[in-house]
Amino acid sequence: MRIIKRIELIEALRKTILTACAAPPEDVIIALEEAVYKEQGVGAEVLRQLAENHRLGQKTGRPCCQDTGMVLVFADIGRDVHMDFDFYEAVNTAIRTAYIEGNLRKSVRDPITGENTGDNTPGIVHIRLTAGDRIVLHILPKGFGAENQSRTAMLVPADGLAGVEAFVLETLRMGVASACPPVLVGIGIGGDLESCAMLAKRQFLRPLRMPSHNPVLADMEKRLLAEINTLGIGPGGLGGVTTALAVHAAAAPTHIGALPVAVNLQCHAARHMEVII
Amino acid sequence: MSLYTLNAPLDREAVMLLRAGDFVRLSGVIYTLRDAGHARLLAMLSCGEKPPIPLEGLCIYYAGPCPSAPGEVIGPCGPTSSSRMDRFTPALIEAGMTAMIGKGKRSEQVYAAMRGRCVYFAAPGGAGILMASHVRNCETVAFEDLGTEALRRLLVEDMPLIVAADAYGNNLYTYG
Repeated sequence: MRIIKRIELIEALRKTILTACAAPPEDVIIALEEAVYKEQGVGAEVLRQLAENHRLGQKTGRPCCQDTGMVLVFADIGRDVHMDFDFYEAVNTAIRTAYIEGNLRKSVRDPITGENTGDNTPGIVHIRLTAGDRIVLHILPKGFGAENQSRTAMLVPADGLAGVEAFVLETLRMGVASACPPVLVGIGIGGDLESCAMLAKRQFLRPLRMPSHNPVLADMEKRLLAEINTLGIGPGGLGGVTTALAVHAAAAPTHIGALPVAVNLQCHAARHMEVII
Repeated sequence: MSLYTLNAPLDREAVMLLRAGDFVRLSGVIYTLRDAGHARLLAMLSCGEKPPIPLEGLCIYYAGPCPSAPGEVIGPCGPTSSSRMDRFTPALIEAGMTAMIGKGKRSEQVYAAMRGRCVYFAAPGGAGILMASHVRNCETVAFEDLGTEALRRLLVEDMPLIVAADAYGNNLYTYG
């Protein structure tokens, strides 16, 4: 058994949030820089601006996009870890400190009264129990321009993978121009209503363009990426061939009478970072 | 596709000069306003109250900046999705607004209201630091209690924009 102190957790999380909010990982910035060469006119100009902007985020430590989102915390907690404090309270303390001290935008409001909570809490916490005596925290500060254009559907088994692909393309056509393209597309297939959405969201924690372990899904990812990029929506939605940078899909067993599917969109300011305690 | 250097507020002549796809470098005075601020401004107008800013020639930037860090004029400040403000837009155009800056497509009602009198610029969505680097001065004018959603007056210089929809009914958004 290993004892982890409240202050250790708060410090690690606070620092990670501050660093994560500044810029997306290198793989995303490089993908934007490479895409400039595939575009012309408006599309090329937008991609140049985005890449320059994200490099400025890396250099200055200030958030590349003002929407520093709601903080998603994916926590894998080893079962040999002992914590004698409230984990959720500690996470929110770290978020509060990072957002106030780091001059990050407070974007969380009460949906009924409209009142801003003032410190970007609460975060959204997803916990899994794992083996070992460590805590792995993966932080995803998620902006809502792209979140707002995400969709879930309860398809039926007869719809098959073709139905899933049609739903993905329909989702992109409907809303991707407002989701800050080029986007990352996370797809969750199977499970139930909320677990397929969760699966879709978890795909943003994968390194960019790392194919699915499942060869059928890896094939679908490739096919969908090509199709999405022929829609013509382009960088900023202003036209072009770079509408998505990557498609990441995953599947989980589901009920014999169902085919749940979720499409989660993530803008190009695809910030996330892992810390191990 | 042309490149224009313009000053806000934009008059009718400047608005009618622009076509979807044109590049613009915008300087002058613009105002930030988003969801909660729009609801409040429109509530004031419908009660017959005097608005806190001149609406004639108004240019609204749909944005909610980060708080400024020491030494910054304004925190990172990119555009937010304009479509959430669509239901408020025709009334503001009617009241004299001539330009909007944001990202993403608008409703048919907005495009119709824009005809002959208003232009919609797209700013690069997600380029918060780049956009903030073109802001020379920032002052909160009203709705301070809304925090990031307050009404702010910005003095901007050479802000890099693209005409996404013009006053002739053309726009660059095919889908979504």
